[in-house]
Amino acid sequence: MSAQLAAHSTSLAAYSTSTGEAFQFWILGTVAVIGALCTVFMKKAVHSALCLAGTMIILAVFYLANGAYFLGIVQVVVYTGAIMMLFLFVVMLVGVTAADSLKETIKGQRWLALLCGLGFGILLCAGIGNASLSEFNGLAQANSGGNVEGLAALIFTKYVFAFEITGALLITAAVGAMVLTHRERTERAKTQRELAEERVRANKQLPPLPAPGVYARHNAVDIAGLLPDGTPSELTVIKTLRDRGQIRDVSNEAIKDLKALEQRSEERLGREEREEEAAK
Amino acid sequence: MNPVNYLYLAALLFTIGATGVLIRRNAIVVFMCIELMLNACNLAFVAFSRMHGNLDGQIIAFFTMVVAAAEVVVGLAIIVSLFRSRHSASVDDASLMKL
Repeated sequence: MSAQLAAHSTSLAAYSTSTGEAFQFWILGTVAVIGALCTVFMKKAVHSALCLAGTMIILAVFYLANGAYFLGIVQVVVYTGAIMMLFLFVVMLVGVTAADSLKETIKGQRWLALLCGLGFGILLCAGIGNASLSEFNGLAQANSGGNVEGLAALIFTKYVFAFEITGALLITAAVGAMVLTHRERTERAKTQRELAEERVRANKQLPPLPAPGVYARHNAVDIAGLLPDGTPSELTVIKTLRDRGQIRDVSNEAIKDLKALEQRSEERLGREEREEEAAK
Repeated sequence: MNPVNYLYLAALLFTIGATGVLIRRNAIVVFMCIELMLNACNLAFVAFSRMHGNLDGQIIAFFTMVVAAAEVVVGLAIIVSLFRSRHSASVDDASLMKL
């Protein structure tokens, strides 16, 4: 009886999955596609990275649903845990504020790319639709001794050569990353005395640089101090802010304030005059 | 539900990733789109593995993950050194091979 039931369930499983899995697929699949679209169309790299991490977690759930228990866990640990965090580190290193430039260098390239993507997608889906994928065995038999044990048995017998080459690849990648990011110090660091002598020889700004905002009405670090003629002096802002272009100019603010004050007083005076006339 | 739907989802994700590579010009985002394409391939492999009832597809997906990890390490190192020399992560600026 139980064998009959089992045979019946396998014959059912030959054509479709359970309703629960279908429900899970449609809900999580939608979220995964939205996450992928956000990865492509978000302006800032950090948002893209977070959306991609979400998509990867959903893919891990799909792996688990497909009977790939080991791969599902590895997906969470390696992809979302290690690779995406590496991406976030690099995004922080390169600068979070560095948004993509939206100017097109090749005319119409964006629309052509979208068109190409659409055509490619239609081609792929048509290929899958035309393929005869009637076979559906399920992993019950392959996973009977445990998913991890089954994978291990394959890796260490049939795919052992590929596995060893993978080790060589990982070592090469680690060495390559070190070589690419390492910078040798070719000359020794200059001493304070040498720096002072160099400054005297160059004869440019001998005393220490002026502090920010000392001549102005504000004293925040990003506000340039004003010279006697009212123009801002870039020397008073530190080099990092100067390079980023994060200097606030307040040279015109005093004049604007004065203008606003004059206008307000004029309005009030005008009103008072009118009131006096009305009183007469 | 027909399990072929997993293949359609994988195709869709791959297409989105490929379009992203063509559209975006921030090198980091382009790289993320490549990761998305690799993940879509993995999903297809896992779905095929279930359809055929053996674990070979999962092994291939596992190797893809290892290669992707190695690729990410080298690629991000290249992006960092590129950013150091050009102060920009845009792929348009890296039009010359020399630094």
